[in-house]
Amino acid sequence: MDTLLDVSHVCYSYHTLSGETPALTDITFSVKEGEFLAIVGPSGCGKSTLLSLLAALMEPEQGSILIRRQPLLAGNADIGYMLQKDHLFEWRTVYRNVILGLEIQKKMTREHLEHVEQMLKDYGLSAFRDARPSQLSGGMRQRAALIRTLALDPKLLLLDEPFSALDYQTRLNVCDDVWRIIQKERKTAILVTHDLSEAISMADRVLILSSRPASIRKDLPVAFQDPSLTPMERRQAPEFKDYFNEIWKELNQHG
Amino acid sequence: MDETASLQSAFVQKHRRHHRFVTLCRILGFVLFLGLWETSARLDWIDSFIFSSPGGIASTLLGMGRDGSLFRHTWITLYETLVSFGLVILISFGAATLLWLSGTLSEILEPWLVILNSLPKSALAPLLIVWLGSGPRTIIVAGISVAVFGSIISMYTAFRETDAGKIKLIRTLGGGRGHILGKVVFPSSLPSVISLLKVNIGLCLVGVIIGEFLAAREGLGYLIIYSSQVFRLNYLIAALMILCVIALGLYTAIQKLEHLIRKRRKLLFTGSL
Repeated sequence: MDTLLDVSHVCYSYHTLSGETPALTDITFSVKEGEFLAIVGPSGCGKSTLLSLLAALMEPEQGSILIRRQPLLAGNADIGYMLQKDHLFEWRTVYRNVILGLEIQKKMTREHLEHVEQMLKDYGLSAFRDARPSQLSGGMRQRAALIRTLALDPKLLLLDEPFSALDYQTRLNVCDDVWRIIQKERKTAILVTHDLSEAISMADRVLILSSRPASIRKDLPVAFQDPSLTPMERRQAPEFKDYFNEIWKELNQHG
Repeated sequence: MDETASLQSAFVQKHRRHHRFVTLCRILGFVLFLGLWETSARLDWIDSFIFSSPGGIASTLLGMGRDGSLFRHTWITLYETLVSFGLVILISFGAATLLWLSGTLSEILEPWLVILNSLPKSALAPLLIVWLGSGPRTIIVAGISVAVFGSIISMYTAFRETDAGKIKLIRTLGGGRGHILGKVVFPSSLPSVISLLKVNIGLCLVGVIIGEFLAAREGLGYLIIYSSQVFRLNYLIAALMILCVIALGLYTAIQKLEHLIRKRRKLLFTGSL
């Protein structure tokens, strides 16, 4: 498989009048096409900073980020970012929310709109295309947000704790939904989370970060005997517990 | 089933009865007030030269209606208020957008806005007369000056209160500042802007009346100040009454507009479903 994303020796610090706060030190990793990578770490360790850098919302102070061997530029449509909250606009219909990205990028072509139509149908939202976001359930809102991100057909999908705003039961279901959609659309994805079970149940590989300033403590491949398991089924599999303990130990070893 | 239906209709009837009672009391109170006023004036309990009387006011209004001055004064005040209101909205929308676009500019201008906003604007009116002479132009500027600084500050604050997450969303979708303004900032501040309209229409009327006190030959403010100087209290109170009607009318018009915008947004939500 080809390498999609190459992050090498990235450092980033926040500057305030009272001083400098290093957030990331010497982060190096790569992601292959079609891979699902999860990044876990203690809260406040700089996970969101890393995602903002990957989404080209900020530039690294040192090091480089390459996507398909090209330097990452701001406004790159190859990167799709799914935020913690769905941020669906109440003054737009569900349909006009999901085409927001196409509208901004001026890509309202028939091809793209048909893709959106198909996704709405496939993921159970076509009956709600003219509804308001407030009429959707939490899970449906999250799916609408995902379709909005996928409408631009990104190569790499960044998921920033996308389930943290949901209640536990919805969370498990949406987790399955989103995983299935990502598999079906054959996307490469990076999931940032502090929920270890979520990371293990969805990812092919887990990157464990140290506390701030974050560096990579461990790069752990996650392989289940049956590779076709959904996140929900993985939670029942015998290997799940072992991975959980391993990551848990790794996170707690150094405080 | 029948029982709940009858309970429901009893509730509705009770509500209607209450509503009718309140309306009746309002009308009765008004009539009683007028009657007492008229009687006291006729029986010389009060001096009708100073306190005027409903009958006197009515005949004054009729007379002013017949010679057309009623409509001329009312129209002038209404026209000046509407023009200054429109300009206030345009100016504050443009200024708030500029301030939002440039953080540095808003930092530089902040003390100006704060000082100009807390200044009693009636103090500016004599200066305006010196600069612009007397006439509708001065009065419109006076109307603007009362409302515009507060309006800029409120509108800018509304823009700034836009959810940072929604702005980040636009950026992750590859949008620039123009997209952030058009797709998020303006639509999400619309409710605050509408309530700002309600405040501003009242303030513009205040400014126009102040302006007319000092620099007019026509308009309700002029009528008030002139009739107080020559002790024609019938005219003064008639002018006040017309002002009440104008204020109520303008406020109602804005409310109608708000209703219309809400409805349009809702239509937009539900679409063809």
